[in-house]
Amino acid sequence: MHNRIEKKFKELKDNNQKALITFLTAGDPDIDTSYDVVEQMINNGIDILEIGIPFSDPLAEGPTIEKASYRALASHTTTDDVFSLVKRIRENYDLPIILMLYVNLIYKYGIENFMKKCSEVGVDGLIVPDLPFEEVEEVKELAHDVNLLIINLVAPTTKSVRLKKIINKSEGFIYCVSSLGVTGERKNITTNLSDFYDRLRTETDLPLALGFGLSNKEQIDRLKGNWDGYIVGSAIVNIIALYGKEAPTHVGNFIKSLKD
Amino acid sequence: MDKRFGEFGGQYVPETLMEALIEIEEAFNKYSRDSIFVKELAELFDTVANRPSKLYYASEMTKDLGGAKIYLKREDLNHTGSHKINNVLGQMLLAKKMGKKKIICETGAGQHGVATATIAALFKMECHVFMGKEDVERQALNVFRMELLGAKVTSVDSGTGTLKDAVNEAFRQWTREIEDTYYLMGSVVGPHPYPIMVREFQKIIGEEVRAQIEKIEGRLPDAIVACVGGGSNAIGIFHDFVDDKKIRLIGIEAAGDGIDTEFHAATISKGSTGIFHGMKSKFLQDEYGKIMPVYSMSAGLDYPGIGPEHAYLSSIGRAEYYPVNDREAVEAFEYLSKMEGIIPAIESAHAIYYTMKLAREMGKDKIIVVNLSGRGDKDVYQVARYKGVDLDAQ
Repeated sequence: MHNRIEKKFKELKDNNQKALITFLTAGDPDIDTSYDVVEQMINNGIDILEIGIPFSDPLAEGPTIEKASYRALASHTTTDDVFSLVKRIRENYDLPIILMLYVNLIYKYGIENFMKKCSEVGVDGLIVPDLPFEEVEEVKELAHDVNLLIINLVAPTTKSVRLKKIINKSEGFIYCVSSLGVTGERKNITTNLSDFYDRLRTETDLPLALGFGLSNKEQIDRLKGNWDGYIVGSAIVNIIALYGKEAPTHVGNFIKSLKD
Repeated sequence: MDKRFGEFGGQYVPETLMEALIEIEEAFNKYSRDSIFVKELAELFDTVANRPSKLYYASEMTKDLGGAKIYLKREDLNHTGSHKINNVLGQMLLAKKMGKKKIICETGAGQHGVATATIAALFKMECHVFMGKEDVERQALNVFRMELLGAKVTSVDSGTGTLKDAVNEAFRQWTREIEDTYYLMGSVVGPHPYPIMVREFQKIIGEEVRAQIEKIEGRLPDAIVACVGGGSNAIGIFHDFVDDKKIRLIGIEAAGDGIDTEFHAATISKGSTGIFHGMKSKFLQDEYGKIMPVYSMSAGLDYPGIGPEHAYLSSIGRAEYYPVNDREAVEAFEYLSKMEGIIPAIESAHAIYYTMKLAREMGKDKIIVVNLSGRGDKDVYQVARYKGVDLDAQ
């Protein structure tokens, strides 16, 4: 059985298209608004949805997503609330859904319970920023039992010996971190991205999606030609921060501007 | 090198940091076996840190309590006033050998930050210290001290504005400038290899105690007591005695307002296993794994986790951990000041309080060694405030 993520990338590739993957923190500013934001994203043509579960100490995030986490926690959003949100989305839509969360949230829930719940509500993959390749096995085995993919990250600092090992064990797609530092919009991405892409492409045929710092159409257009997908996070979270409960239509317009 | 202590430890960090950790581990493996490095560090311990620190017989305290003989390991007499200098010298020398020019670190009470700023000045390294906003306020003197030593101090106001948030921010900063920066972690916490490396640079405390007590008493102690936040002074004094199974190893956690309130930092007493700050260990967290705000009047113990080796020693029953609250720590702070003429750090005062209780319960033929991990000058203002004395008005 193929996972929705794998199917989506294949379908896009066959049509010579790139994946638009968008992020929001669930519960920012509340869970009902999150649902409306997701609907706007889907109706404006995103390919894959990435939902962040809020955490008290999101140490891989820049201030934008960190604050989103605090807002979501202020509205008492729990892991179970995020599962309910996914369930509600899944009842109406079939696009791939990935959860982004810190490993302690999985661990404390009980790894096996967590995976079972993901499978029940229709999650397709997990991105766990503080679970590097070296520590992933304990979680991955139980994820595979329920056909859930663990998406690996690689960074420009990842050296070739480890890069090979990570890529060999990767699945779905590879989340390529565009530059050093935490998440957030950047005016300039200083990494030599075409070198980075080439280095990865010689090692794997898996889809390569670029994230960290992408905030507008112009930036994304410049990437066309090589990357298989792009991940937009902080730019959307900023819109949600600005408009709160009124954010859904604004996010919809922004997604539209990326697709045009 | 084994990355774990039983199930605890590991390397749970973002991918961007992994290669840097591997680089540090390789350098540590290489240099900790290098005779020149070992000799240079021994010289720094002697000439800069003022080691060995004295093992002091607390005769007045012993007489007053009427029980076991009490010895104080005087880490408070080290340069910069605490045990923190041992680890800083070790890691700074390592960073220099690795060719790093920039040092970042976190600090709680400011003891680690001051030690790092001091040695960075000596080694001509750029130094950037992250400190929680609340700690900046309650330890203003240490902030000025670090700046005087040439360090840049960033006040962290995210989250609870305490030590855990300073660690978060130091990690974030490290990912931004990973290529030329060394993160000098101050305790036996965080991802591998820090818990092992910091222990190796702190274990000299216990090694000295063994030689000193053998010389004075002709035998080993019956119990060793130390305060535990992340746990570096405790591991430092425990490590050499872990295989001497008859010696009780006792760690004292900060109970703040009391472990039955919401305001404490007693990780072993009240926490559960989780994964945070790069390590699997015990943490104060809610049912979903959210890290809980913690409280202690002692900024150095105000941390929601504990080093993975302590979690392990607790799980196998080799070390014991007990809570001591703010009121008790202040009582011990005043007691040691009046009884021996030594003002202890409020962190160390937690260990002193438990020792006072323990000594009364043990016979006169028994010996307790307590790690006096730091001096209390930095805490005088706060203790005055705790007692309702307004120093600014006088």
